Amino acid sequence: MSEIIKVGMADLNTCKSPDGITTLGLGSCVGIAIRDPVTKIGGLAHVMLPDSTSIRNNTSIPKFADTGIVQLVNDIVKLGANRSRLVAKIAGGAQMFAFNANSNMVRVGDKNVEASKKKLAELKIPILAQDTGENYGRTVIFYPETGDFVIRAVGKPEKVI
Amino acid sequence: MIQDMSLDELTAQYFDVFKELGNIGAGNATTALASLLQTKVDMKVPQVTLAEFRNLGEMIGGDDQVMVGIYLGVEGDITGSMMFLTKKETGKVLVNKLMMQEPDGEDFNEMELSAMKEVGNIICGSYLNSLSTLTNMKIYPTIPDIAIDMATAILSVPAIQFGIMGDKILLIQTQFTDDVELDGFFILIPDLDSYQKILMSLGLS
Repeated sequence: MSEIIKVGMADLNTCKSPDGITTLGLGSCVGIAIRDPVTKIGGLAHVMLPDSTSIRNNTSIPKFADTGIVQLVNDIVKLGANRSRLVAKIAGGAQMFAFNANSNMVRVGDKNVEASKKKLAELKIPILAQDTGENYGRTVIFYPETGDFVIRAVGKPEKVI
Repeated sequence: MIQDMSLDELTAQYFDVFKELGNIGAGNATTALASLLQTKVDMKVPQVTLAEFRNLGEMIGGDDQVMVGIYLGVEGDITGSMMFLTKKETGKVLVNKLMMQEPDGEDFNEMELSAMKEVGNIICGSYLNSLSTLTNMKIYPTIPDIAIDMATAILSVPAIQFGIMGDKILLIQTQFTDDVELDGFFILIPDLDSYQKILMSLGLS
């Protein structure tokens, strides 16, 4: 009997096939799914902000794209995945409202996507697919068994990337 | 003083201050709502919580619960933003009452969307008005924007702003009672230096 593990906002977790892993309602946050296709071990991070180094209150590792992705990779490898085989898929980074009151918030969704891509490139983890930007929220479910990344949005047909 | 600490370390006293501001603001917003809908609207004592991000969706009634979020900027002596959030069905009830129409399905047409935005605008405006009166500061709302989407997706916007300051978000939950019970949430997001200005204006800093 397989389970679906839930990841909250500014959080991350790992899972093994046949289990899946999900995070609900990604808005401007980005969901980064990583797996090793051979051992079928994977994980998902729900990051809120691009860069831990630009903020003083940065004790939360999973909150940031830079530190969250590193932690996720470490956790997946600890579970038995091979570091060199890891591949990623990303989703989220929407702009939920047309304006932003706070200058820190300008294009924060885009910045989260850019920071996630940059960190994955640094770690030499290829991005196989992405569904990012636009102006709507996304619920994602990732299956390390197949690598399927299921994306649901309100009033839109489900898609798998 | 507050600049050196994160929001998570808000002392009990400061938390009480923002809680009380939230109470009064929500009370004022309820009065505005009653006069807008021309009915009697009661309000239960608002619950104010400092919530962790990962529990946020559950507190609101489910991460993928579809909600209406009205988001506007705050300008004047303090800066920041504010959000009013309610379930999509509740939003629809409010709009139907305002437009004096019979329930006609779940979705919002252009006209109803515009009416919903106005409801949010009035609710947030009256909330900010009471804050302005209490602190004797000039506080103006900017033109609102609206989103209808999953709770956590909408909440990611204020959560990210709180995320810059700490690991928790200050949430004010209000329950209005009309013919039906209506749940609403307020989130006031002052910029970090505005927290200090609010506390100073009340003689607490």
